[in-house]
Amino acid sequence: MKLSVNGKSHSLDVEPEMPLLWALRDELNIKGPKFGCGVAQCGACTVLLNGEPVRSCSYPVSVAAGQKVVTIEGLADKGKLHAVQQAWIDHQVPQCGYCQGGQMLAAVALLKKKPKPTDEDIDAAMTNICRCGTYARIRTAIHAVAKKGARA
Amino acid sequence: MSHPDKLQPTDAAMDRRHFLKVSGTTSAGMSLGFFLPEKGQAAEAAGVTPQLNVWVEIEANNTIVIRYARAEMGQGSLTSAPMIIAEELEADWKTVRVEYATAHENLRTKRAYGDMASVGSRTIRNSQEYLRKAGATCRDMLVTAAAQKWNVPASECKASLSKVTHAASKRSLTYGQLAADAAKLEAPKTVQLKDPKDWTLIGKPIPRVDIPDIVVGARQYGIDTQLPGMLHAAVAACPVFNGKVKTMDASKVENRRGIVKVLNMGDFVAVVADNWWRAKEALREVSVDWDVGEHGTLSSAAIMAHFKAGMEQPELAVARNDGNTSEALAKAAKVVEADYFTPYLAHATMEPMVCTAWLQGDKLDVWSSSQNPEATLSVSAANAGVPQANVKVHPVQLGGGLGRKSPQDFTKQAVLIAKAMAGKPVKMLWTREEEIQHGLYRPASLMRFKAGLNASGKVEALHIRVSAPSILATLLKLPLPKGIDGQAVASFNDHPYDIPNTLVDYAQRNTNVPVGFWRSVGHSQNPFGRECFIDELALAAGKDPVAFRLDMLPNDEKSKRDRGILQAVTKAAGWGSTLPAGVFRGVAETEGYGSWTACVCEVSVNAKNEVKIHRVVIGIDPGYAVNPDNIVAQFQGSVVHGLTAIFWGENTIKEGRVEQSNFHDYRMMRLNEMPKVEVVIAPSGGFWGGVGEPAQAPLAPALVNAISAAMGKRIRSLPLKNHGLTLKA
Repeated sequence: MKLSVNGKSHSLDVEPEMPLLWALRDELNIKGPKFGCGVAQCGACTVLLNGEPVRSCSYPVSVAAGQKVVTIEGLADKGKLHAVQQAWIDHQVPQCGYCQGGQMLAAVALLKKKPKPTDEDIDAAMTNICRCGTYARIRTAIHAVAKKGARA
Repeated sequence: MSHPDKLQPTDAAMDRRHFLKVSGTTSAGMSLGFFLPEKGQAAEAAGVTPQLNVWVEIEANNTIVIRYARAEMGQGSLTSAPMIIAEELEADWKTVRVEYATAHENLRTKRAYGDMASVGSRTIRNSQEYLRKAGATCRDMLVTAAAQKWNVPASECKASLSKVTHAASKRSLTYGQLAADAAKLEAPKTVQLKDPKDWTLIGKPIPRVDIPDIVVGARQYGIDTQLPGMLHAAVAACPVFNGKVKTMDASKVENRRGIVKVLNMGDFVAVVADNWWRAKEALREVSVDWDVGEHGTLSSAAIMAHFKAGMEQPELAVARNDGNTSEALAKAAKVVEADYFTPYLAHATMEPMVCTAWLQGDKLDVWSSSQNPEATLSVSAANAGVPQANVKVHPVQLGGGLGRKSPQDFTKQAVLIAKAMAGKPVKMLWTREEEIQHGLYRPASLMRFKAGLNASGKVEALHIRVSAPSILATLLKLPLPKGIDGQAVASFNDHPYDIPNTLVDYAQRNTNVPVGFWRSVGHSQNPFGRECFIDELALAAGKDPVAFRLDMLPNDEKSKRDRGILQAVTKAAGWGSTLPAGVFRGVAETEGYGSWTACVCEVSVNAKNEVKIHRVVIGIDPGYAVNPDNIVAQFQGSVVHGLTAIFWGENTIKEGRVEQSNFHDYRMMRLNEMPKVEVVIAPSGGFWGGVGEPAQAPLAPALVNAISAAMGKRIRSLPLKNHGLTLKA
């Protein structure tokens, strides 16, 4: 099957039920999406599928085939950081950083739908778990991107 | 993050000869770097010219490489420890690049980098002195090199922003230009450290050096290790702790796609495959008959009975005994008694246990998400059966540590698998279920408090009895001095209050549930009991909880910081001001990891038992606040970590095993539940305290005191879900 990741097409010969996460990590060596729970609870494995956040640990690779997958590695545009990435630096959001790729992709998807999200919008969209507890700064950073009127 | 201080190796490891013992050559000739001859002792005996030290290397282009010798797991020390060196070095932070020191280099240099463990919130407080001296030594040599070049007194030269300047002659040279000459100089025997008032980096909010890589997904965590021909292993240990494999039948999966080997490792089984998902899926269908031994019937109820029996046991270890507590209790006008309980807790680091090992002949390479690279090295060598000198431990970022990644049980497993698969690199990764069910749990603990007040409400006697497992005796197999595990009685044996008769005693009650260091360890649970009970006493005395505490704090030098942080935080919180109807405050004051902390929570509890946290004001006096924005981050995050434990955190035991298995039944707090948190940083100077763990201590008691006030009913055990309470988003 063919899988498009970060604008690049890959050929894969794997079981159709293999989770997208493990096709990315162990077959294509794309390590941005992380393993946290394996049951779509934590969101550390979040990638964008046609712009929508999905939990790749529980998403069969065959369903993603032929569609556009974006991982955290593919978020910057030719070396220019996405506004969300820049805000994550400006507000020093990450601590251990393990869940942050997923957090940032969830934020990107939210801002695309709602360029000026309310706190309630953020509450509803940002459901990924962070054990370091960076939630306060995630909220601040998302509002900061919205304020700047960043590209979505 | 969480070893007790007494395990700290002595600073002898950092003695001066290690600073200075170096060879006479540097590779590029422009490096202040350090190169130890293979035969270090011989070289020293032969009188090789000492140069600069292991921590700093200056490249010809004026890039300053500063080494970091511990782990980074989110606590921010990868930035704040090098800041301390850069401060004394007078380095221009913009040109600093931080690199990891390695455990194998530390072994080779006879511990030139000292202790490498990131535990006990001690990276800054235990290494600041030798890091400052290292920076100052380099600065001194660079200044001397410049002075000699210009033939002027060193006292007329000034180092600043990676340059040495001679103002009178308006000359200056960059560190890059001076490095080669400085490297030839003898290191000074003594150095002058900067006056804190002259600091330009320490105390400033410096962005963390690892964040730029994190935001583009380029930071390499243990789980991201990738090697040519690497295999993947999924593992399962006996669900009942310490059980063994009786029989294993892997016939169902052995011929499956990608499965390379199924291993019976005695106390765990491993499936090795070409993709971790294939290994994990196959593992579910490996049929294992476990020998669970005698512990297959253990339950939470049996453990509670075991703790309760500890309360009544005749022989107890005495941790503190001031005055005559039993006599004072007998004479008291009023006696208050209460039992408090805190449960077992798994760590649930976002990155589960992971370690890659590669045994080639008698050489071993290891990439472990470890808080203690030196322990990783020694455990790896021992289990692979190779000399320590043949092991390389490659630094990786940790996806959280929380104390779980200090013990090396998982490294041992990975190395044993690599040995069975010799020649091939194998990455072993635990499932979340394995992580929650094979934790080294924060010990459950039963605490009994009994206090006597006189007629005017003054506390004359306090007896605290703890019945709980010992981490030191069971995990580390250490002998306990006088039978006391300092973590089990932490914040009791050193409570700051002026109570003339204090007795703290301890019943060591171990079970088959393995226990370990969970972020803030004893301070994650004992302050909950202590500071809630103090509130009970304030209520019994009819006094305001803050005034009651201030009255009990002695007016001495030692209590100045308790008093200071309590006053700073209660002032920021507006303690005593009128609150909206239905909103209640709670307070707590604690000390631990060399810092002083206090917290005020404002809550309301509605008829459905939903707790709304309106505000958390939490503060710290860490002495010197090295990177204040990082301290704010640690405290904001600690509140989340703490609230998760306070509301939902509990591992229960049934039939010898942990009942919880993943985030659906071991619940984590999410963003929508995050309350408003205000962090007060009140550094009083003169000491260096930890910041990664202390915030856990005052949060639970402050919150539960507020909830108890709101409900008019005392809560004495965690988690709050067991009292029917939920957190209102």
